[in-house]
Amino acid sequence: MNTINRRDFAKSVGALSLVSAAGITGCASIGGAAKPKVVVVGGGYGGATAAKYIAMWSEGKIDVTLVERDAQFVSCPLSNLVLGGSKSIGDISVAYGGLAKYGVKQIKGEATGFDATKKTLSLADGTTLAYDRLILSPGIDFMLESLPGLASAAARNKVLAAWKAGPETVALRNQLVAMKDGGVYAIHIPKAPYRCPPGPYERACQVAWYFQQAKPKSKVIILDANEDVTSKKGLFTKAWNGQFKGLVEYRNNQEIQDVDANTNTLKMTFGEDFKADVLNVLPPMRAGNIATQNGLNNANNRWCQIDWLTYESTAVPNVHILGDALQIAPAMPKSGHMANQHGKVCAAAVVALLTGDVVNATPMVANTCYSFIDDKNVVHVSSVHRYDVAQKTMVTVAGAGGLSAEQNALEGVYANSWAKNIWADMLT
Amino acid sequence: MPIRTSRFVAIAVASALANFAFSQAPASPHLARNLAAQCANCHGTNGKSVAEVPSLAGQPASLLVQKMKDYRDGKLPASIMHQLAKGYSDEQMALMADYFSRQPK
Ligand code: HEC
Repeated sequence: MNTINRRDFAKSVGALSLVSAAGITGCASIGGAAKPKVVVVGGGYGGATAAKYIAMWSEGKIDVTLVERDAQFVSCPLSNLVLGGSKSIGDISVAYGGLAKYGVKQIKGEATGFDATKKTLSLADGTTLAYDRLILSPGIDFMLESLPGLASAAARNKVLAAWKAGPETVALRNQLVAMKDGGVYAIHIPKAPYRCPPGPYERACQVAWYFQQAKPKSKVIILDANEDVTSKKGLFTKAWNGQFKGLVEYRNNQEIQDVDANTNTLKMTFGEDFKADVLNVLPPMRAGNIATQNGLNNANNRWCQIDWLTYESTAVPNVHILGDALQIAPAMPKSGHMANQHGKVCAAAVVALLTGDVVNATPMVANTCYSFIDDKNVVHVSSVHRYDVAQKTMVTVAGAGGLSAEQNALEGVYANSWAKNIWADMLT
Repeated sequence: MPIRTSRFVAIAVASALANFAFSQAPASPHLARNLAAQCANCHGTNGKSVAEVPSLAGQPASLLVQKMKDYRDGKLPASIMHQLAKGYSDEQMALMADYFSRQPK
């Protein structure tokens, strides 16, 4: 540990007294200033970024632990390329362990709940971890109660979502490879908001691109519960009516009542049942289980509301939330890029709160979502957001952001570059 | 040039501080760092890229500011920077450029 001069010591004790009386009792017992503790749950785009940036920006003054259940990171962005066949699951996976050099301790485990009064997090194996600030980046879980036919794991292993990259991505790819030429792949999209607005449309393009080469008599049918394409509409429709003409069919207002996994059938709210050879259903989504099971989902019982200056939950003090689990601000998508940006604003705020510094009153975040039309050509949507003091939320900066003029290969290079840089930014 | 750059930044900081004084909140001492962190997704942590998108780390601040303004004003062709650059004020561009210019290449 660094030598602590008296002024720093006084400063850190002063800071602790603001935030954590327990921290002070703790420090006497080990004969030095106990470092404030941050525990981060979820090593995805939001959580891993927050863990790294708190360790990096606090220069070792804060003890950071990252809890993650998986052995390696598998990226949702770019995972549709595994379905298309131009990338393998290994290409979109990164080993954990790169954050150790910043002093982040990593625990492989499943967080089950927390005690907001005692300020402890519990893990499935019985471990409890004390925190001064808890950061949850829990992603999404599915609202399976709305689709009883998908209640069993067996049903969900047949009618896949593959909306969390990993084994399901590979399983869906295998279903596509096993499908006969002349078959139908159908994807059902739930009503917005859901994780990654352009993702389902990118997926349709990737499957069409694969069919074009391997099974040209086959079809991709997009059944969208929304009134219209929710993201990059012009750019996607151009591809469906252009290079994928006759291969892709888009249908709007396709609400479903249930799914029959045995027969790969959708029970439609209006009209006849719909059957596909490969059926891919994205169930309605809400904040990840650890958030919804602990009362953090205070927006429509579904998403989590936060203070946009600190990302602290408005439901439970000292608990911060990042990423797709949030009740979004206007025009702010649920994307990995955005979660990375949340992670940094939260990291700056948590470091400030725990070291007695000033919390930034004017945070900004920017978003970019690249979508691959085929293996090389890409389109993007971008936006810049700033904190609005009067509205106490994030608003888009007028005039900034926009779309690609058309799909192009240069952005294919930049999209792959983006992946390498953002993975390094969060994990190494 | 280093003198000009730092005076430029001093003015930017002073004006950022004035804005804060106006909104009656104290300014974070890490504004430049926090703003620059938004660019890391594509340009790498602290502006050090590991792929095709150029690094910003260690580039002269005046050059970075000029490029941002040229992107904003449509004078430099871009796939995306023309859209992102429009999201930041001259002061914010100066703060970010100064931060990146001080990062190791
Ligand atoms: C979504 C990815 C992305 C983000 C985010 C991003 N950039 Fe860029 N940047 C690029 C790309 C791609 C280029 C190459 C020009 C182009 O095609 O737009 C570039 C080029 C630049 C250049 C020119 C570099 C040179 O050496 O010529 C500067 C300066 C720059 N960006 C600054 C920034 C700043 C400052 C930010 C943060 C506010 C930022 N960028 C955020 C993708 C990004």
